[in-house]
Amino acid sequence: MPVDIPKDKWPGEVRTVTLGAAAANGGTRGSVVAVGGEKALPFMHFETDTPHRPALAMEIMDRLPEDWSPLLLEFWGDTAKDPAVWAKAAEDAGADLIQLQLSQTGADGNPTTPDAAVAAVKSVLAATGLPLIIFGPGQADVDNELLVPVAEATKGERVVLGLCEDKNYRTIVAAALANDHLVTARTAMDVNLAKQLNILISDMGLPLERVLMDPTTGALGYGIEYGFSVMERLRLAALQGDAMTQLPMIVTVGYETWKTKESKVGQDVPGEWGNWLERAINWETMTAMTLVESGADIVVLRHPESMKRVRAAIDELMTVPE
Amino acid sequence: MALSGIQIYKLLPQTNCKDCGFPTCLAFAMKLAAKQAELSACPHVSDEAQTQLAASARPPVRLVTLKANGNEVKAGNETVLFRHEKTFYHKPGLFARVRDDASDIGTTIAAADAYAVNYVGMDLTLDGFAVESTVDAAAFEAAIGAVRSASQRPLILISRDPAVMEAGLKALDGEAPLIYGADADNWQAMAGLAKQYGAALAVIADSLDGLAELAEQIAKTGVENLVLHPATESLSKGLALCTQIRRLALKKNFQPLGYPILAFPGHEDAGIESVRATQAITKYAGFIVLDHYAPEYVYPLLVLRENIYTDPQKPIQVQPGVYEINDPKPESPVMVTTNFSITYFSVANEVEGSGLPAWLLVTDAEGMSVLTAWAAGKFDAERIAKSVKQFELPDKVSKKVIVLPGHVAVLSGELEEELPDWEVRVGPREAVDIPSFMKQAL
Ligand code: SF4
Repeated sequence: MPVDIPKDKWPGEVRTVTLGAAAANGGTRGSVVAVGGEKALPFMHFETDTPHRPALAMEIMDRLPEDWSPLLLEFWGDTAKDPAVWAKAAEDAGADLIQLQLSQTGADGNPTTPDAAVAAVKSVLAATGLPLIIFGPGQADVDNELLVPVAEATKGERVVLGLCEDKNYRTIVAAALANDHLVTARTAMDVNLAKQLNILISDMGLPLERVLMDPTTGALGYGIEYGFSVMERLRLAALQGDAMTQLPMIVTVGYETWKTKESKVGQDVPGEWGNWLERAINWETMTAMTLVESGADIVVLRHPESMKRVRAAIDELMTVPE
Repeated sequence: MALSGIQIYKLLPQTNCKDCGFPTCLAFAMKLAAKQAELSACPHVSDEAQTQLAASARPPVRLVTLKANGNEVKAGNETVLFRHEKTFYHKPGLFARVRDDASDIGTTIAAADAYAVNYVGMDLTLDGFAVESTVDAAAFEAAIGAVRSASQRPLILISRDPAVMEAGLKALDGEAPLIYGADADNWQAMAGLAKQYGAALAVIADSLDGLAELAEQIAKTGVENLVLHPATESLSKGLALCTQIRRLALKKNFQPLGYPILAFPGHEDAGIESVRATQAITKYAGFIVLDHYAPEYVYPLLVLRENIYTDPQKPIQVQPGVYEINDPKPESPVMVTTNFSITYFSVANEVEGSGLPAWLLVTDAEGMSVLTAWAAGKFDAERIAKSVKQFELPDKVSKKVIVLPGHVAVLSGELEEELPDWEVRVGPREAVDIPSFMKQAL
């Protein structure tokens, strides 16, 4: 019985955003990563081609993290003491991108200085040829104080600067504008909030080809359904032609999942939770996979085993069936 | 697919004879669409219209129920492609597979059957078991007996050989299992068994054309409870086929494919299997057969299924109020959180786990988490102060220490103004850090 397959034809398409710049384009990156460009829902190869595969970023920090799960600290070991060594190890583990998280304070307990932040970023750029995503510590004034000199010191590299939020985006966007960088715009799991922030950023003159959006997600068990549905809605809006939603989506899966009790704690937890390490890897992998199904373009992870599994899944999802 | 009042009207005689008790055919049609009238009230409706109206009453994805010994698993009756459009209704059944040549089936099944894990106050379990024939009819029958002695949950029986399948079905009494399954070669015999034993039948083909053809042929023999297995190994092909099946059923009311989907994510690597099962849960499977069911694999899958099938219109909430944890005294601290159930359970579990007594003040934040509620203006100093009074905390405590979630540290100044005789403290941002905070800082 020949079945007439219903195919969606959408008027809109997601913008293509390119992270990193090679020598020919004013940077020093050995590889650049293009994401976005979708003209259909994820992996609907029977409707149209999927121009770019979802990219995987490994999250590292400028110094040994204090509050990460012991499983991660054990895995990375001494590597995590030096961001350059860590970045190289992340590249060797198969990452497409490095996400460098700057910390609020240095090892001595004093606030991270702009010089220290610049030095850490430069050492990472020297150690790996991958494009870079750089997040400030997450407090508006500190972010601005650190990200502006970082942006200047890396002019032309097309790094992604984050996070732009509705209460703090101007300084970061201006720094990106002046130094040929990109930004990521984070909003709290809401379609309209995401659109509003994209409009504000675009109004400052930054081309949307240099903006990623992070609609925020919860981890598996901690509100993932909100992230899943907001991303599906944003992607549907983009395909329907709403320009302010036509941006690739980035999600910080590693950050969300490794702070859950399931991933962070191995002792005094219910026996029904099973093996700690495998549970934690599943938590990260399944959160990532769920969000890849709903349209994530960049997934930031913390554990190489999760990256391996998500990569294998994306390989399969990108294979066009005959 | 349900017809609108106007569509139904077009099928009626349009004579306005009033015999149905309504003033016009249109009025009657509107009542039919609203399911407030029965078609039989109109004596003049044509046979053809009757068939069309009956077909429209069939749900686009048929509800299939597997039963055993008072336990049931349902799949189907779904109405949307995306959960935000309404909700997904029937959580896919999770079945653990065992092969008939395995040793010690009873012990394996008993452990999996007893498995229950608590998630936000609910006990989550597997739904049933799949028994696969790899030897012969006698071994199959014995394996089913061993499973039945260890579990009363519904079963999926796996064999393409009708003789073996019949031996298996005979071993079950008064149940509605799913039998797997019917392919292009054996479908007549399998359809016969499904009818004779009241079983649901899985239809197997690797293309949509093949599936539709086979399902249609089998439906014509009178077997109604079908389940589709688009037999494909690859994630991309599986995603495409499952999406197409759901779209055809919902958008085109294409009845040959209007059935729940059966998925076999099984893989020798348990981690890869979980990835495949993730796709099955998010993208339209109705029954899922797992090969690995150790807790570290089952627990996250059960949670994912719960999350994806939560009704987006109704965030899961707990009752606002004061919860007493570890038998608090007047000098115990007051911890504040919101009434989003995931938030409440994360916090309550940690406070309880600390072993220290506390009053947990759950404010009405319309079922939102701390950060979301704060951003939406549903969790602020005024509301917190109001709850303190509403739930009569000043009468319960003497020490008057109140702890805010770390994510809303910015509220502490305002809260001090609202509650001048209280000491306002800022707790950790994440629930997991509560016990150490309570031990060290309170
Ligand atoms: S009985 Fe039938 S034909 Fe007569 S008014 Fe009602 S719907 Fe119309």
